[in-house]
Amino acid sequence: MEIAVCVKRVPMVGGKIVVTADGQDVDTRMSGFTVSPHEECAVEEAVRLVERQGGSVTVLTLGPPAAADQLRDMLALGASRAVLLETDGREWGAIATAEAIVAEVGGPDRPYDLLLFGNEAADTGDYQVAVRVAHALGLPCVTGIKNLEVTDAGVRAKREYRGTEEVFDIPLPAVVSVKEGINLPRYPSLPGRLRAKRATIETHEPQWRSDGLTKERLRVPAGESKRAEVLGTGADAVPALVALLDELGILS
Amino acid sequence: MTVLCLIEQAGDGGVADVSLRALTFARNLAASAPEPSGIAAVVFGDAAAAVPALSEYGVTDAYAVELTGYVPQAWARALAGLAAGLSATAVVAAGTDHGSEVMAHLGAFTGLPMAANCVSAGRNNEGTFELVRHRWAGSLLEDAVLDASPALLTVAVDAVPAVPAGEPAATVVHAFRPELGDGDLLVRATESAERSAGVSLATARVVVGGGRGVGGPDGFGVLEELAGLLGGVVGVSRVVTSEGWRPHKQQVGQTGTRISPELYLACGISGAIQHMAGCLSAKHIVAVNTDPDAPIISRADYAVIGDLNQVLPALIEAIRARSS
Repeated sequence: MEIAVCVKRVPMVGGKIVVTADGQDVDTRMSGFTVSPHEECAVEEAVRLVERQGGSVTVLTLGPPAAADQLRDMLALGASRAVLLETDGREWGAIATAEAIVAEVGGPDRPYDLLLFGNEAADTGDYQVAVRVAHALGLPCVTGIKNLEVTDAGVRAKREYRGTEEVFDIPLPAVVSVKEGINLPRYPSLPGRLRAKRATIETHEPQWRSDGLTKERLRVPAGESKRAEVLGTGADAVPALVALLDELGILS
Repeated sequence: MTVLCLIEQAGDGGVADVSLRALTFARNLAASAPEPSGIAAVVFGDAAAAVPALSEYGVTDAYAVELTGYVPQAWARALAGLAAGLSATAVVAAGTDHGSEVMAHLGAFTGLPMAANCVSAGRNNEGTFELVRHRWAGSLLEDAVLDASPALLTVAVDAVPAVPAGEPAATVVHAFRPELGDGDLLVRATESAERSAGVSLATARVVVGGGRGVGGPDGFGVLEELAGLLGGVVGVSRVVTSEGWRPHKQQVGQTGTRISPELYLACGISGAIQHMAGCLSAKHIVAVNTDPDAPIISRADYAVIGDLNQVLPALIEAIRARSS
């Protein structure tokens, strides 16, 4: 089974998000970068499928030259080939991103059985790149998947929806976007990390284009920095805590 | 000039709360245009049970599409047909799994941009849309301009309240039959099994949260006990599920479940952005943490500075003493 997984480099945010002075980006001077969480699970799922079915995993990202770090992290998890669609660091919209991915994975020399995505990127949260890629390639698509099995006829994909479970049976080739929780990604092995360090990363430079949705600025929502009223310290705070729960109607 | 809104139905056929929020958003958008317009709704299946709420929320025309079950691409095809037929200025859906997926298909069919998880949107004199949308699941806001017709928007439902229209509308129901293309019916939900009973994390009135401060997989008993006493459930932070201490279905956060309880008692949780994005809708947050400078202290309403392993047993004892 030949699988391509699309991942995105995003800032590793901890307790606070700071926006740059020009309002155009998240300030990353104090943070590292990581792969968006749903996508790390997509890579893990691809590696598990290939371990069972044979084949190989290609990992693909659209991002600045430094996104090669995230590709190497995914190679260390078990992907065997990595492609960087290199940008100048500008943010790409969903339509242009999907077009660049299609140009890479859609050719006749790239016969993928399965294209995996994360359900949505942690930063932009556009919820649509996978679907746009599927349409451009004429492939069936399901999103938000928490369980994936290969069947005789293709794949069976499951997800939760408002307290029920939805099941989709779709033929391959197909596009599937997954959510964290579909698996627990492994820690990279030492041999995996060494192999990733030596691996060659193929690089292409797609052309940016505007797609009609233009960011003006980013801002932190109002009311974010309040300070909690301290009820007390340790077990001594319990009477005040009980009184609060009572006032909120929790104990009635 | 119409704003078209996708309706998701509750189990009894009525309009789901997320769609009441989307309808409120759609009505505000329609009223913002230089020439105010009405709102129309699309219902898949039987529209009768939805009509009272549609009327209350100001929907003048409802289009009932006969398609059995959830068939995302066919739903999008119906929206595309109606949007073209009504010359809709915007198509709006709740930012749920279904809403996001169907709107993404609609974006792909039409080649138009789709702005996800909008908090507000208005049409300006130039005919473009000024909108505010979520980034980082609501931890940041983006001010953006959308230049497209129709505007395709999903609504950040945990940030938009449901407000009925000032005047109810006389809703007229029309049958609509979309022209389906090859493959539009290929992907459909073939089974929809009920999950196990019990209080769900998403709708629980009380959530007792545990993070790294719980210390390990064996430390959750005290949280379960307290949650049981308060008629609530246990939720956990991402580090807890990444370490494999608890299953992912208990995760509260950007990549887990989004909760909206009366009370969120967050114990041993530092308050990372990714976690707090899951509890934007909690009415009251009480943090129990050993570190008075933890980020959660500046996001919570109340705090107890201390070790959860001392505070929670004492709290359980006090609640039990009170009820006996």
